[in-house]
Amino acid sequence: MANMNLKRNPMPTQDPNVRNHNFSEVALGYTKIQALDEASRCLHCKNQPCVSGCPVQIDIPSFIEKIKEEKFEEAYQVIAKSSSLPSVCGRVCPQETQCEAKCVRGIRGESVGIGRLERFVADLHHQKETEETMNVPFNGHKVAIIGSGPSGLACAGDLAKQGYAVTIFEALHLAGGVLVYGIPEFRLPKKIVQKEIDTLKKYGVDIQTNVVIGKTLSIDELMNNQGYEAIFIATGAGLPRFMNIPGENLNGVYSANEFLTRMNLMKSYELDSETPIQRAKKVAVVGGGNVAMDAARSAKRLGAEEVYIVYRRSLEELPARKEEVEHAKEEGIIFKLLSNPIEIIGNDQNFVKGMKCVEMELGEMDASGRRKPVVKEDSEFFLDVDCIIMAIGTSPNPLIKSTTEGLKTQPWGGIVIDEETGATSRPGIFAGGDAVTGAATVILAMGAGKLAAKSIDQYIKNK
Amino acid sequence: MNKIIKKKRLNDTVTLMEIEAPWIAKKAQPGQFVILRVHEHGERIPLTIADYNPQAGTVTIIFQIVGATTEQLNHLEENDSLHDFVGPLGVPSKLDGLKKVAVIGGGVGCAIAYPIAKKLHENGVVVHSIVGFRNKDLIILEDEFKKVSHLYSVATDDGSYGTKGLVTHVLEDLLKRGEQYDEVFAIGPLIMMKFVSLLTKTYQIKTTVSMNPIMIDGTGMCGCCRLSVGGVTKFACVDGPDFDGHQVDFDTAIERSKMYQSFERRKREETCRLFHQEDN
Repeated sequence: MANMNLKRNPMPTQDPNVRNHNFSEVALGYTKIQALDEASRCLHCKNQPCVSGCPVQIDIPSFIEKIKEEKFEEAYQVIAKSSSLPSVCGRVCPQETQCEAKCVRGIRGESVGIGRLERFVADLHHQKETEETMNVPFNGHKVAIIGSGPSGLACAGDLAKQGYAVTIFEALHLAGGVLVYGIPEFRLPKKIVQKEIDTLKKYGVDIQTNVVIGKTLSIDELMNNQGYEAIFIATGAGLPRFMNIPGENLNGVYSANEFLTRMNLMKSYELDSETPIQRAKKVAVVGGGNVAMDAARSAKRLGAEEVYIVYRRSLEELPARKEEVEHAKEEGIIFKLLSNPIEIIGNDQNFVKGMKCVEMELGEMDASGRRKPVVKEDSEFFLDVDCIIMAIGTSPNPLIKSTTEGLKTQPWGGIVIDEETGATSRPGIFAGGDAVTGAATVILAMGAGKLAAKSIDQYIKNK
Repeated sequence: MNKIIKKKRLNDTVTLMEIEAPWIAKKAQPGQFVILRVHEHGERIPLTIADYNPQAGTVTIIFQIVGATTEQLNHLEENDSLHDFVGPLGVPSKLDGLKKVAVIGGGVGCAIAYPIAKKLHENGVVVHSIVGFRNKDLIILEDEFKKVSHLYSVATDDGSYGTKGLVTHVLEDLLKRGEQYDEVFAIGPLIMMKFVSLLTKTYQIKTTVSMNPIMIDGTGMCGCCRLSVGGVTKFACVDGPDFDGHQVDFDTAIERSKMYQSFERRKREETCRLFHQEDN
C-alpha cells in the first residue's frame, strides 16, 4: 500500500542563517529512512507520466521500486542506463518543470521527490565506489570532444564504455565546464564533479586541459593530422551578455560568469586565494535565472549585507528552479521584481555607487509566451549598491565557428545540427548542449551528449 | 606542466623565460598572448608572447615583477615547470601592406613591441623604433631592436641615456621633421599609449595599441577584460588585444586597471615576506 501522505519528505538543509555565511552544501540529502518513506509515495502508474517529463527518459518508477526493495545499487544502475551524471542531475535538474511536474501525486498534494531520491542513490553509490579501472578493449577508433562540461562528459562516458579512445580538450585548467566554474560549491560540491570525472578516467578517457580548440589546435588539425575520426563540439554558451546601459564598464560591475568564475574556479572567497574579488556591502544581481540566484547567494556568503535580485518580470516568470528561489529568500536575498536598470552611477574613483532603475508592469503576451514587461511612467528609483552582477544570459563562443570552415551556425551563433543525430553541416563533426541551444540546462546538455555518442558510434561503424 | 628551458634577467625587475610549449610555439604570431598559472592554487595571468621558436617548440615570455604572481614566477628556475600555460590567445597583429612604420615601446611593453618590429622588418618594412624607459638601468632588448630597425631611438625620463623625456617627444620631433608613417604601433603603459594616440590623431596616422587589461579565462567567457572602443564594448581577449588607438577609451581602461590595486599590493607584500623567510 502506497504512503498516501500529501506532503513529500522535506529535504534536510543547513539553517539559512548559518549557511549564508559558509560555502558548504545547502541541501544535506535524505537519510535512508526518509528515502524509503518518500519512495513509498510512488504509485507506479502504468502510463509513467514522470518518464515522459524526463529529458533523458530515466525509468523513474523502476529505480524507485528498487529503493523500496532497499536494492540501492540496482536503483543506481537503472538511472545510469539513461543518465551519465546522476549525482549532478539529482542536485541541479529543474525537476519541478520536468519529471515531478508530471507526477500524479502532484495533482492533490506534492509530487514524489524524484530528484531527491536520485541524489540519494547516486551519493550512496559514490560512497561505495572502488578504485579499480574498467578495462574496455580498444575498438581502434579515436574521437575528440571539445569541452568538458555536462555534454562533453556524457558523450565521453558513453563512447569510452564502447571501447573508443576518447580525448576531451578543455580550454580552462580544470575539467567540468559550467559544473566547476559556474555552479557554486554550496549547490554542487566540486568533489562530486571530480568523482564523475574520475569515473570517466577509469574508463580510459583522456582529458587535455589548457587546450583552446580554435587557437592551440583547430578541428581540422584534429581530424587530418591527429587521427580523430569524429568530433563532438560541446563548447557551451560561455559569452556573457551585458545590457548596454551607461556605466556598465565601471569598477564593480561584473558579468555573472566573471563573478562566479572568480568564486568557483579560482576560489577567491578563500582568504589565501591569489585571485581577487570585490567584497561589496550591497550587491544587485540583474536577472532571474539559476545563474542570478547562484550569484546573489554567493555574494551574500562573501559577506554582503544586502543583496538584491533585480528582475523585470514578476515572481511567476522567474526562470530559476523553485528550490533555488526559496533558498535565496530564506537566506535573506531581497527580490526587487518588476524592476529594470537603466543606468549605473559611479563615484569619482570610477567605482559603482548605485543603479538607476524603473518599475515595470506586465503587458501583452510576447513571442516567448510570457507577458511582456513595459516601463511604468515616472517610476524611476535609485538602488544604493556598490556592486552589480549582470546575469542576463550568455551566447555561444564564436571561436570554433570562426576557425572551422563550412560549419553552419544560426545568426545568433548556435551551431546548426540535425535534431535526430546531432550531426553538423560537416561530416564527422557533431555538436550538442548549450553550443547548439544557447544557455539551457545540465540535463539537456547531457542528453545531447548521449545522443551524439550514439550517432558517432553509428557514423564510425558505417564508414 | 610546461618546463622552463631558459631564464635570463634583463634588468632588476624584468625577466625573460623560454617555456617548452610545442603546440603553442607552432601557432603563435606577433601580438598574441598566453595565460599562465605558477602553481595549483595560483592566479591566471595573461602575458604577451615575446618570441617563439616552432622548431625548438618554445615560447618566450618577458615579464616585469609587479605583483604576487610575477614575484612567484621570478622565483622559478630553469627546469622548473609552470603549472598551466595556455595559448596562443587573441587575434594576431595585422602587419600586412605596410611600407614604413614607427614602433613605440614603453618599459616592459618593449617585449611586445619587439616581435612586431622583428616581423615587420622580416616583411621588408622600414621600421623606426622608439623606446622609452625611466632610466638607463631599465633598458631591455636594445641589441635586438637595433637589428630590426632603420632608426632606433631611446628616451629616458631622467636623461641618463638617449633623449631626456618621453617617447611622444621623440615621435613628435620625427613627425615635425617630416617623417611619414603608414602606421604607428604603440605598446606600453596605458598613459603612454593614450598620449601617443592623441599625438598621431593630429597627424592622422593610423595607430594600433596593444591592450593588457585584467583577465581570467582569456577566451571570451568572463568579460572582465572589456573595453570601450569607439563607444562599443569589446573584449580584449577575443577581439584584441590590438585596437585602434584613436577609438579606445583610455581613461576608463586606466580606471579599470586599478580595480584590485590594494589587493594586489597586499598579496605582493605577503609573497615577498614569504620568499624572504625562505631565503633566511
